[in-house]
Amino acid sequence: MAFLNFQLKPKNELEAGGRGAAPVHRDESEPEQTCPNCHKSIPVSRLWANQNVCPCGHHFRINARQRIGMITDRNSFREMDADLQSDDPLNFAGYQAKLETARLSSNEPEAVVCGTAEIRGQKCCLFVMEAAFMMGSMGTVVGEKITRLFEYALEHRMSVVGFTVSGGARMQEGLLSLMQMAKVSGAVKRHSDGGLFYLTVLTDPTTGGVTASFAMEGDIIIAEPGATVGFAGARVIEQTTRKSLPRGFQKAEFLLEHGFVDAIVARKAQADTIAGLLRIHNREVSA
Amino acid sequence: MIQLTPYDRVRTARDSKRPSGLDYINRIFTDFLELHGDRRYADDSAVVGGIAHLNGKPVTVIAIEKGHTTKERMARAFGAPNPEGYRKALRLMRQAEKFRRPVICFVDTSGAYCGIGAEERGQGQAIAENLMEMMTLNTPIISILVGEGGSGGALALSVADRVWMLENAVYSVISPEGCASILWKDAAKAAEAAANLKLTAQDALTHSIIERMIKETAIGQPSFYAHIRKMLTEELEELESGDDLLRQRYDRFRRIGAQKKETI
Repeated sequence: MAFLNFQLKPKNELEAGGRGAAPVHRDESEPEQTCPNCHKSIPVSRLWANQNVCPCGHHFRINARQRIGMITDRNSFREMDADLQSDDPLNFAGYQAKLETARLSSNEPEAVVCGTAEIRGQKCCLFVMEAAFMMGSMGTVVGEKITRLFEYALEHRMSVVGFTVSGGARMQEGLLSLMQMAKVSGAVKRHSDGGLFYLTVLTDPTTGGVTASFAMEGDIIIAEPGATVGFAGARVIEQTTRKSLPRGFQKAEFLLEHGFVDAIVARKAQADTIAGLLRIHNREVSA
Repeated sequence: MIQLTPYDRVRTARDSKRPSGLDYINRIFTDFLELHGDRRYADDSAVVGGIAHLNGKPVTVIAIEKGHTTKERMARAFGAPNPEGYRKALRLMRQAEKFRRPVICFVDTSGAYCGIGAEERGQGQAIAENLMEMMTLNTPIISILVGEGGSGGALALSVADRVWMLENAVYSVISPEGCASILWKDAAKAAEAAANLKLTAQDALTHSIIERMIKETAIGQPSFYAHIRKMLTEELEELESGDDLLRQRYDRFRRIGAQKKETI
């Protein structure tokens, strides 16, 4: 059967990759990212083309603007309160410098981006938190922007979609940060009592005061696969209780199992899922 | 008189000899009947709640109880509520709303319980639900922070019309030790963190996060409890005679950290 084997041997790389697959150019200079799940190195361009999801299914973190670009209809996003910035209300040691670094590294003025948008033609108010800005922590400006968004949504009878990613309340604004949990929750409640729809999408990681407030207050809560979502940090729990944590502890799948999220939705299905939910609830609002 | 540093106050607030939640309940109110359980999963011993009389008037009282002796403190999980504790509190608050009783909370916790079970049963969700529901609970709520006000675990019983603090109570977004170890990788810098966090009652008053600071000169003595009883009675009268309770409660939190610039 040597003859047959010879015939079936791929003639080139293109054929080896299968029909329709993009030619694999090994550009030595192209940066690669190692997947923490499958440990393979993937060229960054390939990750980008796949919404920053590894072929193994691992969802890499993405920044707020990337996410807005992925999820909203082209040119539909209208940003609100883009110029609000924290101004170190407590004179906390080192905070000014940290804010400056965060602004430079994230290219955002604060840890959340808010506005109105359309998703597959469905209008909504949208907030997306930014992990690159002090781990998406919530200080007065984050609390204020999200509160304003809910108040705007109530006034204009709109649904709210929120992507959470946060280490929790921002220490450097002390109690003022803590109070934002109550303030935002109040605005969410008013919006909810107005019969309006709020969808949260939990992304990696959502913890602390954000989990203990608006992340868990959605009418429907979906999560990205593998996202860490919890109140107390896993390391802190391990140290305090001196118990080893169960497998998959505080992962999205763990929350699903325990009844705290409605569904896990992969990144590439999110726009369709969100639009579908908006279509159902936006119709009820206008009826 | 020696001026206490913020960290001195943290240590004072944690002192196991300080009056605990049950001390306030038993000394300020009469006929306290404890009501147990969240009707979902369990009864959390860190949260005590029930019905009592305040100067003859029925009220719902909820307190985080730390206990005094080591044995008591162990049994009360050192005053760190599990989700069941917050759910029990919410159940009793809804009951208070239904029967038009005001709610009085005594808060003293280093924070919500940190454990595997607490996460499995939705610690974050339980706190979040209290924040939302308390904002529109249609009956007056007064919360008094009597010792430690540890982050979300304390806030979950403090979305109130009036929030008061004892002079040496502290209220903070994170423990000073936790803050120091995260920011400076050194828990020994807790005193420095405490100063930066602005966690004293005076700080909270300055930033309009509380309405009143209660002197501790006579702490634990009959006159101390009588003073609190009198203040509660008067304040409830005022809250019950006023209108727009819920709008004012919303505004109370709405203005914290409100930015000046208007941009839409």
